[in-house]
Amino acid sequence: MDYLLTEEQVMIKDLCRQIAKEKIEPVVAELDKSEKFPKEIMEVLAQSDLFAIFVPTEYGGTGGGILDLCIATEEFSRICGGVAVSYAASALGTFPIILYGNEEQKKKYLPDLASGKKIGAFGLTEPSAGSDASALQTTAKKEGDHYILNGVKHFITNGGDAEIYTIIAMTDKKKGARGASAFIVEKDTPGFTFGKKEEKLGIRASSTRELIFTDCKIPKENLIGKEGIGFIITMKTFDMSRPGIAAQAVGIAQGALDLAVKYAKERVQFGKSISSFQGIRWMIADMATQTEAARALVYSVARMVDAGKTNIGRESAMAKVFASDTAMRVTIDAVQIFGGYGYMRDYPIEKFMRDAKITQIYEGTNQIQRNIIGLAEVKGKRK
Amino acid sequence: MNIIVCIKQVPDTTDVRINPETNTLVREGVKSIINPFDAYAIEESICLKEKFGGKVIVLTMGPPQAETALREVIALGADEAILVSDRAFAGSDTWATSYALSCAIKKIKDYDLIICGKQASDGDTAQVGPGIAAHLDLPQVTYVKKIEEIKDASGRFERMTEEGFEIIESPLPLLITVVKEINVPRPPSLRGMMRSKKAEIITWNATDIGANPANLGLNGSPTQVVKIFTPSRRKGGKIFNESVDEAVEQIAKELKGLI
Amino acid sequence: MSIKILKDKCKGCMVCVEACPFGVIKIEEKLAIVDLNQCNLCGACKEVCKFDAVVIDKTKIVKNIRDLSVYRGVWVFGEQKKGEIQSVVYELLGKGRELADKLGVELSCVLLGHNIEGKTKDLIAKGADLVYLVDDPALVNFSDEPYTKVLIKLIEKYKPEIVLCGATSIGRSLISRVAVKIYTGLTADCTELNIDKEKRLLLQTRPAFGGNIMATIISPNYRPQMATVRHKVMKQLASDEARSGKVIKESYEEDVLKSRTKLLDIVEEVSSTINIAEADIIVSGGRGLRDPKNFVLVEELAKVLNGAVGASRAAVDAGWMPYSHQVGQTGKTVCPKIYIACGISGQIQHLVGMQSSDTIIAINKDPSAPIFSLATYGIVGDVFEVLPLLTKKFKEVLAK
Repeated sequence: MDYLLTEEQVMIKDLCRQIAKEKIEPVVAELDKSEKFPKEIMEVLAQSDLFAIFVPTEYGGTGGGILDLCIATEEFSRICGGVAVSYAASALGTFPIILYGNEEQKKKYLPDLASGKKIGAFGLTEPSAGSDASALQTTAKKEGDHYILNGVKHFITNGGDAEIYTIIAMTDKKKGARGASAFIVEKDTPGFTFGKKEEKLGIRASSTRELIFTDCKIPKENLIGKEGIGFIITMKTFDMSRPGIAAQAVGIAQGALDLAVKYAKERVQFGKSISSFQGIRWMIADMATQTEAARALVYSVARMVDAGKTNIGRESAMAKVFASDTAMRVTIDAVQIFGGYGYMRDYPIEKFMRDAKITQIYEGTNQIQRNIIGLAEVKGKRK
Repeated sequence: MNIIVCIKQVPDTTDVRINPETNTLVREGVKSIINPFDAYAIEESICLKEKFGGKVIVLTMGPPQAETALREVIALGADEAILVSDRAFAGSDTWATSYALSCAIKKIKDYDLIICGKQASDGDTAQVGPGIAAHLDLPQVTYVKKIEEIKDASGRFERMTEEGFEIIESPLPLLITVVKEINVPRPPSLRGMMRSKKAEIITWNATDIGANPANLGLNGSPTQVVKIFTPSRRKGGKIFNESVDEAVEQIAKELKGLI
Repeated sequence: MSIKILKDKCKGCMVCVEACPFGVIKIEEKLAIVDLNQCNLCGACKEVCKFDAVVIDKTKIVKNIRDLSVYRGVWVFGEQKKGEIQSVVYELLGKGRELADKLGVELSCVLLGHNIEGKTKDLIAKGADLVYLVDDPALVNFSDEPYTKVLIKLIEKYKPEIVLCGATSIGRSLISRVAVKIYTGLTADCTELNIDKEKRLLLQTRPAFGGNIMATIISPNYRPQMATVRHKVMKQLASDEARSGKVIKESYEEDVLKSRTKLLDIVEEVSSTINIAEADIIVSGGRGLRDPKNFVLVEELAKVLNGAVGASRAAVDAGWMPYSHQVGQTGKTVCPKIYIACGISGQIQHLVGMQSSDTIIAINKDPSAPIFSLATYGIVGDVFEVLPLLTKKFKEVLAK
């Protein structure tokens, strides 16, 4: 399908494909096994300006949009979902500053994030506040020129490996959701430490850690926007980033499909390549169609964001649900096409199935997404 | 520090297949690529520029289509690109090629270092690098696997040999050829790619570089190809495709005397 | 200097299209069209055209008024390291002997070094009639400039018609420089050398286009005719201590021997494994092994056979094996007694590096893999099943 990408978007796609093939593919199995954060690959992405594509030009970016980010994330995910999410999570940590940061904050943080000199992360989830984000326990108390942070964030992608964190903490617990605020916290701030690294089912190249704040003192200048808009910032950030997660799912599906087709052509049974059997062909046809449909939806939503549409909660939820469910289905079928070999770790395909699962869970579970979509349908917010 | 990198656009020979029926080359879809060995020369020049400043000038001799290769190098970080192209160069052997390139380098004039890949993957001669150095009467260090130091118009290089390496010191300017052990080439950058689309490619013909026409192309080439043929391949022998055990048994028996 | 297709003669038969090694001829409306920008005027099309429709005008501007007839004799460059003659030199003397006999001339070896006069008798025993010896402390180790200058001086004085040199890291650096300086033809990596007796021409055959085609090359108007040959391509003669020969000593002034580059140190990296270029038995692994750790299977068999481990370019590019193990056009040319290819499909570039092995055994699951086309024995099967079986079997056989 021709998505009528701009010349620059085609460049991004080709470049990311090249990097995925040359730099990521040779180490995929090793990264998956060792669960090692792909620092060298992040450096390659930085050198190739790929952290710049979602940052405005005045702050060292190339001024691209969400579709650019989606294209990059999708291409990386075709080879490794773990590397892709490490990349996309830096964008996630960067968006709050782009969207709500003041001039000083933008000048101070964005150029390093755009050059990839520093990697970003976003800290919202807590042990007892997952889907219900209003149950946050982490607090930020103002004392003179500082805020004092206390609490624990967990399951934070790039935790420990990122340098710049956007943290959501309660400045006024009494106000509930309206009492949350967003802060920029730099690594190595006294009182800011990391918990254990999680061992995961999939996306194992990415690092996931706890962030622990113990009387962590940060300057008041690090408050993003103003007190009390932490949730608005979060929601707007997710609106921007959700297409990226959906694109990750599309990439995982596409990568699994690529491998399945290649394998089906090579594998001979009953004297014929199994790709000549209708049973396999129909599976491949469905996998391809679903993946293409998911991509079309994701790109459309990304274009809406880039065109400046603000009320996109419903559409971005749809893209995320559809793409991640597609990724799960397609990867399960891909393993099936590989048969017994597909179940073996020596073959690359089972990793796609493990990687796909997380896309149905993070950045709002698919159940939460369906709540958003259902609400919009029932309340007639459809435009 | 100004560095000249000489590159060559070559057919991607890893892509080439032989049609088993006609025993001829299947050339459909054979892409043109930058000689893989030149990638290390390009990377090294960019690293040196990052370290010492100055500029990287990439130079190639070839048909107008070779412009694509030059644009790729700009995307990787080269500052200027020069294409030396003329019908008069057709049929050049390594002597005439190194002559034409050396004329272009004389015209560039201001340089401290010339870097070439150790050889081109289509010809595999490894003659053009030393040939350029000879034409320009420059010192040379071939098969460089590491640049240890560049200081005070002098460089120290590790030159790979069959047994290990030698450490060689040379004054600048000089020509080096590099091997793949020297670095890991980076992919292009997005900004570089955008710049390369618009970059001006300087094109020089035989007159521009002040070359003696008698030394160019087929005229200037001492060697001549008299015959081109597909190599006769040795014939296959016994193929076992039924029982592996039987195969192993028989092969062990046949080879016993040879081991 | 140009190529023309004669319209009235061309029938559009496609033969030239297939013959063109550069793929720059196409047929349009039953007429061959040559892309002049990419044509290399190699003449492959002219050779095959049955209708004499290809005209290549190779008129030369005559500028070379060298009297070629004064050039006589075949030379071999006697590469030495630490005073040891490299084995490629003996191989070249073997071939050189044959060429010199065909031409009815003497075979000479040029030996540059220090305190190496003792080596001259080995060179004579291996076929040389004459040894040109330049013994000087400045030549103890190879250095581009003094070696180039001395070799040029010798060539200018004694005028050989052929100079052969090993395609080694020393040979390639040196001889390319020499050829340019004295303006003569040089052909790299020849796999076959022969003589056109009538014209006294050296016929130099080498792989081109990544080893996919062979080209025969001559230097009709220039002398000496120079060629490099890789190690293990030619065969050396048995030593004949009874042979006699002459040693001619030359010495040169300081300005000939001085060098702008300075050799500071020679570092030898000891390799624990057997060098594949020297090995009699090589067991090689390719992409079919799927994972670097599976190279253990290859290593085990190599160990049992006391052989070396080789690898295809795909395996090396994937980082499974170091480059020093790579067999093929871009790696090493090998010619062991036994070559066992495991999970190597047989890309052309691999085949040219090992096809002169005495016995080739190929193991591959794909019966149409090109490697089978030149295997002495081929086993179509799973490399993970076959390799352990072979290892076990050879263990038994060799234990007896």
